[in-house]
Amino acid sequence: MSNAGGQRSKGANGWLLSAPALILLVFAASGPLLIVALYSILEKGDYSGVRWILSGDGWFRVLFERDIFDQTVSLADANLSIFWRSVKLSISTTIITFVLGLPTGWFIATRPAKSRAFWLFLITIPFWTNLLIRTFAIMEVVRNEGILNTALISAGLISDPIQIMYTDTAVLIGMTYVYLPLMVLPLYAAIDRFDFRLIEAGYDLYASRWQVLRGVIVPIIKPGIIAGSILVFIPSLGAYVTPRLLGGGKNMMIGNFIELQFGQGQNWPLGAALSTVLLLIVLVSLVVYTRVSSRDNPNG
Amino acid sequence: MNTNIAVDARNVGKIYGAGIGAVTALGDVSISIKQGEFFTLLGPSGCGKTTLLRCIAGFETPTSGTIHLSGQDITHTPPNQRPVNTVFQSYALFPHLSVAQNVGFGLKMLGKPAVEVASAVARVLALVKLEDFADRLPQQLSGGQQQRVALARALAPEPEVLLLDEPLSALDLKLRKEMQSELKRLQTETGITFIFVTHDQEEALTMSNRIGVMSQGALLQVGTPHEIYDHPVNRFVADFIGETNFLEGQVDGTRVRIGTGDLLDVQLAGQTGGVTLAIRPEQIGLGAVGSGLTATITETTYMGTDTHYALALGDGSQIIARVQSNSAGALSVGDTVGVSIDTKAVQVLKS
Repeated sequence: MSNAGGQRSKGANGWLLSAPALILLVFAASGPLLIVALYSILEKGDYSGVRWILSGDGWFRVLFERDIFDQTVSLADANLSIFWRSVKLSISTTIITFVLGLPTGWFIATRPAKSRAFWLFLITIPFWTNLLIRTFAIMEVVRNEGILNTALISAGLISDPIQIMYTDTAVLIGMTYVYLPLMVLPLYAAIDRFDFRLIEAGYDLYASRWQVLRGVIVPIIKPGIIAGSILVFIPSLGAYVTPRLLGGGKNMMIGNFIELQFGQGQNWPLGAALSTVLLLIVLVSLVVYTRVSSRDNPNG
Repeated sequence: MNTNIAVDARNVGKIYGAGIGAVTALGDVSISIKQGEFFTLLGPSGCGKTTLLRCIAGFETPTSGTIHLSGQDITHTPPNQRPVNTVFQSYALFPHLSVAQNVGFGLKMLGKPAVEVASAVARVLALVKLEDFADRLPQQLSGGQQQRVALARALAPEPEVLLLDEPLSALDLKLRKEMQSELKRLQTETGITFIFVTHDQEEALTMSNRIGVMSQGALLQVGTPHEIYDHPVNRFVADFIGETNFLEGQVDGTRVRIGTGDLLDVQLAGQTGGVTLAIRPEQIGLGAVGSGLTATITETTYMGTDTHYALALGDGSQIIARVQSNSAGALSVGDTVGVSIDTKAVQVLKS
C-alpha cells in the first residue's frame, strides 16, 4: 500500500525547500538557548556581560552562596524559596484555573451553537488586551482602597481592609485571571467533542453523578485537561509582569529573579544558569506529568 | 396487583414546553408489558415510542401518569436506581474502556466485588460470542461487534427489563437479520423482559411476542404480530404494517359495493355506510378475464420468488397484487386480466 504522506522524498530538493524552516529553527529557536547555556558556564563580566573564561560559578551560585568575608559555603536559601514559591504558585494557578475552567468550558460547550461564539468571545477578550493593563485592573480590584475592600467594608463585613496587594494571594489571583483562557479553551474543545449520550449510559448503568464525572467524563476529556494544564503551568512558572506588579519587590518568582541577574545584579552567568534550571524544571514536569496522566487508569 | 406484569404504564403523558409552543410527545398512553415478554413499540419516527422508552429508563419524567416496575412505582426514580438497562441506538460505548470494562461497568457501579464482576463479564461475553475481544477498545471493533458489546453491557447487571432503542438501525441488512435472531435467542435464554423500539415493521413482526403500534403520541393497537397484521384496527395500522391496498366502498346489504360497481362479499361486522377495504397484495390473484374484477396491468416488478403487478381497476383506482413469479404465466404491461380477491381475509375499516 502506498503512503503518500509518509514516504516523502528526502532528496536535495527536499532539503532545499525545508531550508527556511531549518534556518529558523536553528537560529531563532535553538541558537538563543545555546547562547544561554554557554553563558551559564562563563565567568561574570565586571559590570555586565561575560568574560570568555570557563567557570562553574554561575551554576554554583544557583544553589549555594559564599560568605564574602570568611568564604564559607552555605545553601542559598533565598534562591530555593524563590524556586519553591514559583512552583507552588504555578501548581496552584493550574489547579484553580482547572476548577474554574471545567464548569466554564462545560457551560460554553452546552450552549446552542449560535451563542457559543459569543461566550468564547468573552473568554478571549482578555487575550487581546495588553497584559500590563489587565494586571493594573486586577490591582485596582485587590488593593487596600480597591473595589473588593471598599465593597466588603461598606457591606460591614470587615472594618479594616484586607491586605492582598504584595502577597502571594495577589499574585495567584492575577495569574489565575491572566491564564484562565488558556485552560478554558482546550477544555471547551474537549467537552465539545464529548458525546453527551455517554452520561446517560453511565446513569443507566447505576453510576452516580460523581462516578459519571470521575469514571466517564474526566477520562474522556483528559487530552483537554492535559493540554490546558501545560498551557497554564509553563507560562505561570516563567511569569514576570504579574508577580512583579502584584507581588511587589519581595515576593519574587523565578522570572523576576532571572531578570534581576541580567539587570541590577549584573551576573549574567547566574541568570543564564537560572534560566537553564527553569527550562529543566519545565521539561521534567512535562515528562512526569504526561507519564503519570497517561498511566493513570480511571478504572483502577 | 398482577405480579406477572413487568412494566405497567398508566395514562403516561409527556409534554415539552408550555403554552402555545407546547409539544405533546406522548398523549395518554397506558400499556402493560408482561414479564419475560419480547415487546416491540412500533411506529414512524416522532411517534413517541422513544419518549415512552426514555420514560421507562428514567431519562425523562412523564408530565402525567405513572410507571410501575414489577408493582413498584418508579415514575420519579432516577435511572441509576432502576433495575432497567438500555441498549442505545448509538451504542454509547465508553471509548476509554476496554470491552470487558464496558461490560463490567454496571456491576462495578453496583459495588460488586471484582471477582464477581470478572466472572459475570466472562459469562455475558460468551453469551454474545465476544470472548476473544475482551481487551479491545470499542473503536477497534466492527459495527456489529460494538452492537454486541452494547447488548452485553446492558445484560451484565441482569436487569428486570432490557430496553432497546432501535439498536439495529445502523447495521447493514445481512447483519441486521443475524442480530434479529441473536436478540431473540438472547431473550429466550435470559428470560429478561425486552422492550424493543423500532420503525421497521418487518423487524417487529419477526421478533416480537406482542407489538404496540404508535402514532403521534398515541398507542393505536396492541397485539401479537398475527393480530396486528391480520386485524389492523384502522387504516394507519394497516398501512404501516406491511403493504396494503385500500378501496373505498359503500355497504350494500351484506356486501360492499366498490367504485367499479362490483359487489364484494366481505365479512362485515355490523358496519353501514362508507367503509374502507384493506386488502393485502398477497390476497389478490390474477387470472383470465371474466373471473371477478377486470383490471389492466400498468407496471410489473420482478422481485425473485414474487412479482408485483400494479393494476388499474375499471374506475381508475390502483391496487398492487403480489403473485408467485411462475404461477401467473407471462403477463406484461397493458394486458387485461381478471382479478380475484380473497374476500374472507379482507379487513373492513371505518372510512
